[in-house]
Amino acid sequence: MSLASNASGYVRQDNLASEKPPTLAVGPIAWIRENLFSSIPNTLLTLFGAWLVYVLIPPAIEFLIVNAVWEGKDREACLESTVGHPVGACWAFVRARLGYFGYGQYPFEERWRVDLVWLMLAAGVVWLLWPRVPYKNFGSLFFFLIFPITAFFLLTGAPALGLPNVSTNLWGGVLVTLVISTVGIVVSLPLGVLLALGRRSKLPIVKFACVVFIEFVRGVPLITVLFMANTMLPLFLPGGWRPDSLIRVLVGVSLFSSAYMAEVVRGGLQAIPRGQYEGAMSLGIGYWQMMVFIVLPQALKIVIPNIVNTFIGLFKDTSLVAIVGIFDLIKTVEASLVDPRWATPVTRVTGYAFAALFYFAFCWGMSQYSQWMERKLATGHKR
Amino acid sequence: MSLQGTLPDTGAKVSLFNDPAVRGIAYQVVVALVIVFLFYEATSNAVENLRAAKIASGFGFMENTAGFDINQTLIHFSSTDGSTYGRAFYVGLLNTLLVSSIAIVFSTVLGFIMGIARLSPNWIVRKLSSIYVEVIRNIPLLLQLLFWYNAVLKPLPDPRNSITIPGGIYINNRGLIVPEPLAGSLFSYVYIALGLAIVMAYAFSRYAKKVQIDTGRILPKGLVAVGLIFGLPLLAFAIAGFPLTFDMPKQSRFNLTGGMQVYPEFVALLLGLSIYTAAFIAENVRAGILAVSKGQTEAASALGLSPGQTLRLVVVPQAMRVIIPPLTSQYLNVTKNSSLAVAIGYPDLVQVFAGTVLNQTGQAIECIGITMAVYLTISLVTSYFMNLYNSRNALVER
Repeated sequence: MSLASNASGYVRQDNLASEKPPTLAVGPIAWIRENLFSSIPNTLLTLFGAWLVYVLIPPAIEFLIVNAVWEGKDREACLESTVGHPVGACWAFVRARLGYFGYGQYPFEERWRVDLVWLMLAAGVVWLLWPRVPYKNFGSLFFFLIFPITAFFLLTGAPALGLPNVSTNLWGGVLVTLVISTVGIVVSLPLGVLLALGRRSKLPIVKFACVVFIEFVRGVPLITVLFMANTMLPLFLPGGWRPDSLIRVLVGVSLFSSAYMAEVVRGGLQAIPRGQYEGAMSLGIGYWQMMVFIVLPQALKIVIPNIVNTFIGLFKDTSLVAIVGIFDLIKTVEASLVDPRWATPVTRVTGYAFAALFYFAFCWGMSQYSQWMERKLATGHKR
Repeated sequence: MSLQGTLPDTGAKVSLFNDPAVRGIAYQVVVALVIVFLFYEATSNAVENLRAAKIASGFGFMENTAGFDINQTLIHFSSTDGSTYGRAFYVGLLNTLLVSSIAIVFSTVLGFIMGIARLSPNWIVRKLSSIYVEVIRNIPLLLQLLFWYNAVLKPLPDPRNSITIPGGIYINNRGLIVPEPLAGSLFSYVYIALGLAIVMAYAFSRYAKKVQIDTGRILPKGLVAVGLIFGLPLLAFAIAGFPLTFDMPKQSRFNLTGGMQVYPEFVALLLGLSIYTAAFIAENVRAGILAVSKGQTEAASALGLSPGQTLRLVVVPQAMRVIIPPLTSQYLNVTKNSSLAVAIGYPDLVQVFAGTVLNQTGQAIECIGITMAVYLTISLVTSYFMNLYNSRNALVER
């Protein structure tokens, strides 16, 4: 040390501060170069994409927010002559009709019952789907048994308890959409599990019946199943026994979705290693115990994302009941469009945009959940 | 996964009640009895109800004259000259097949573009295509169809104020009116030339493969095939003296006359189906490409293949193995979803047969039965060929 300090006049004792990397290698400019303008075709693609964004996004925002009319009593509020500039979405129409879109013609003074059902539904869904909430067993008991029965009496009425009857032809809008999809989910999951077990059964008649049912239902469009439920179900029942039209589509939707659910569950059952079955059998436990306590808990856990995807499909498919004359959300929107008090050039698009936002919010939420669940479950299976 | 048959016969006495084999038989007898009972009840009720409603069951009504018109027909159909319900069935079936097959082509093209775009290194392209997929997948098809039909195509100007595109194309609220090509008598030579060209292109590609295997020389078979398939018919067309005339649509006082009309119901259904299905196909394509491991690409470039060759000869064939099964089920979905035509009035099988014919004749069981049988046949035949393809192309594992 001393030698060095004597030998020369100047030696750097500490490191230079490191220089910043060239701006062309890191940072936003480099990112842009790398991701957007790395080559001529890429640049062309970027320009094309930017043009698409320019064509699509500003007009959409302008229509939905900037030029939209938020308040008003009738069509006058949403006319260009009143507003003075091109009119975007007429949200005033949606606000005026929100009660109809939500409950249909359900009597005003009884709508708290619907609200209560929605609250219970939300509570049940959170209980079952949020892994942190404890007592899942009670959760499923609540969701698959207590909730359906209470909801049934709350919605249709129980005169003995002071709840007047509300006929189902007064139901409508989001209420009907949620009722159909919830019933579809609550029925299709257990029925789908049974069908899947039947399809993998070694009893030939059971297996044959399940295969025929599943393949038949999966091979035809939902709309024909709904037509069948609507026109043929009354024919097959004893004379004079005409089920409510909502019940008919509920039967159709539930049977339809349980066939799809069966295939999803079957996928899970096939993924369980043979050793699990054999282990259970060697312990001497019976078929149902083996399924309920050993195989199904593992199988269903694997296919949770697929089950949720089936639910998303079911939720979107409920819109088809509008075709057979059930007043679901789309049908109530369509029915509101003929109202001359709100007849403006933008009413239709506004109504559709509202319905689209509703469906998107639900389906996208479900798909985000399923992806989150997939990531969460994947950690357990990584080797 | 039942227990029966897995226990060796030890000679130990098991009571009949606990014997798995006996139990299995008992369960099946119960199931069979329940099914038979349900069928019997349903049939006898149906017979009873039909008699009460004075509807004669059977397929005799197919021969009866249909008293309605259908706007889009691929085969002749008219209420005035006694077309039958049976003919209406074929009209509906053909319309279903027409719209599904065109939608399949469009959605495949758009779906592959979007699926590849989702893996693009270009950020903006990647984001745009993922927004497309997320938005379209999460909105019901029915709503999209209503949007295209009622909110986009219906508000178009009436025929008098049609949007005119040079070349005789008119767009108005009655659809798209384009010049109708009328083939002259000599036009059949063009078809013959096309058939010949396809055969020759196939033969050349066989030959090119043989040459490549024998000598390693690569012949430009793609170029030759394109040249043959386009060149030969064109040549025939020219030699035959251009036997093709166009029936141009003409603007008259209130309407357009002549030309070929593409109905707005058809356009709306085609747009809705293609855009909706493409979003699902895009996801399948993306998954398929991601399923090809990176080592394959690296090995290909180590062998000196160009990026284009890598994609064409290494990545795509392996990705296709993963893509094709879900792709087929998407194609089946297109066919099944085309039944939503009934919501916008496109005369497909469901609208014509399970709708109009059913309402006119009251033959609910027959009409819905036949409609379901058609879809079921299409789907079973497709899955049969799918399984055939799968068993031929599946990876052979040790």
